[in-house]
Amino acid sequence: MQVPILKQGPYLIASIQSALSDEDLVQLRDALVTQVGKLRSRGVIVDVTVLDVMDSFATRTLRDIAFMIRLRGAEMVIVGIQPEVAFALVRLGLKLEGVATALDLEEGILYLNRKMNGSGKEMRDRGR
Amino acid sequence: MRKRGLTLAHVSTSPSTHELLRELVAHLQQNRTLLRQEWARRITEAKLLTAMSTDEIFAEATAVYDNYVEALESGTFEALQAYARNLSERIIPRGVETHEVIGIVLLLRDVLARSLFEKYQNNFALLNRILDAYEPAVNRISNTVAVGFVQERERVIREQQEAIRVLSTPVLQVRERLLILPIIGVIDPQRARQLTEQLLRGIRTNRAKVVVIDITGVPVMDASVANHLVQTVEATRLLGATVIITGLSPEIAQTLVTIGVDLGKMNTVGDLQGGIEEAERLLGYKVVSLGDNSRAVIGG
Amino acid sequence: MNVSRHLPVMNRAEVVEGVCVSIKSDRDIIIARQKGKELAASLGFSSTDLTLIATAISELSRNIVLYAKTGEIAMKPIRQGERKGITVVARDEGPGIPDVSRALQDGFSTSRSLGLGLPGVRRLMDAFEVVSEVNHGTTVTVKKWTLPRWD
Repeated sequence: MQVPILKQGPYLIASIQSALSDEDLVQLRDALVTQVGKLRSRGVIVDVTVLDVMDSFATRTLRDIAFMIRLRGAEMVIVGIQPEVAFALVRLGLKLEGVATALDLEEGILYLNRKMNGSGKEMRDRGR
Repeated sequence: MRKRGLTLAHVSTSPSTHELLRELVAHLQQNRTLLRQEWARRITEAKLLTAMSTDEIFAEATAVYDNYVEALESGTFEALQAYARNLSERIIPRGVETHEVIGIVLLLRDVLARSLFEKYQNNFALLNRILDAYEPAVNRISNTVAVGFVQERERVIREQQEAIRVLSTPVLQVRERLLILPIIGVIDPQRARQLTEQLLRGIRTNRAKVVVIDITGVPVMDASVANHLVQTVEATRLLGATVIITGLSPEIAQTLVTIGVDLGKMNTVGDLQGGIEEAERLLGYKVVSLGDNSRAVIGG
Repeated sequence: MNVSRHLPVMNRAEVVEGVCVSIKSDRDIIIARQKGKELAASLGFSSTDLTLIATAISELSRNIVLYAKTGEIAMKPIRQGERKGITVVARDEGPGIPDVSRALQDGFSTSRSLGLGLPGVRRLMDAFEVVSEVNHGTTVTVKKWTLPRWD
């Protein structure tokens, strides 16, 4: 199950359409990291609105994606975590630390805009 | 020979006890009018069932009495249980309370016992044997009626609580993107769970960016509910919102520290007003003081 | 809650009105949690509870795939007086857990790459039991209850 990745200006938006198997998640990770490099994107939004379950593997993979993308000088934000999923994640003890989250696509884009505007210096210092 | 602690089933296997019960039932049927009146009188005297009129009390007393005698006679309790449930369903909405039902049930037991004392006062041995048959039977009956009432009452209370829980919306939207969750009283884990669910859904529905959780009205919090509060904060962050906690008492702060919370990482403000102001600041509202303790909030 | 004890003969559970999903690959994880969610929904669980149950099933199934390669997830309804609930049994004949009590400590959370996430699963459910024997396999049994219904 391929996750469609759309380019929106300097950002990439990965819109998950259905439950992802472990293999799908790994494919998503590789696809995003490759695309960020190719298109020199500044930010990635992963939209998980559709996911009714996020378990330890999904969380770990998303954290990996965020980490790898940051190595490429881009920021990642996860949007659309459902209330029940947020509750389950927290009960499970998965903190998603170090990964930005926002309510929805709109908020995600605003977040990335703020990050880009406010952290021009940061990005230069990261030495892309 | 006293046969204490026999159930009605055991009693019926012994012929003499069976006869005694028959005699007992006959006595109750013969004195039906007298005993019902006596019972109703004593109910009123003890100021029980004040929610009902004298006629109503007598009508219910009659029904209970007849069911009592029926249970004594047949040795079966289904009819009595059904009646007890039916009675409870009718009187609970009238505001009749548990102590009243137990009270009237005990009074009937007394009224019947006294009438037995009176009848058999000249034959102590026979009185003893009648009481041996009477006591376990009537205790079982009293128990059935009282327990039936209590169970029905508990059921009604739980239904009401559930209805209130479902209807109540403790999450308030005071400004765009700002939600307030005031928590009052001692919360149990179940209520805590419900508040969290309502809060998280509210964040989604209202697209809130800042949530102020006010626990000024929470006197104590045990470790499990404190844990729950921490989880709620974390879950809120996953939805992209910021949490400000207000009204944190020193005691609850201590509880949080004990369960390993880094208070430095939590956004806390002394009181609700301060919390709202901080929230407005985070949201980019400008607050202008107009003097006379009033203020205007601009933009966002 | 039980820790490591010798496994008795593992009976193939007679699943009454329940569902059994064979776990062989990561795709079966999704099937197992979907079926679990359907069963739980039919029992009247709230949407939050459905997510907790599905997440627990996901974690348990994943453990089977990662450590035992194959196994099964059996789910069935249970009753306790007026309460309804669901029980999920994750069973495999894999390597087993050498130190169960250690695996249940909170330090071994799922954020570590090695780790079964059992403390997390326990937090999601109402009842939790694990029985494991090295070289014989592991059985994890979890339960969740609906809130009492008064109709």
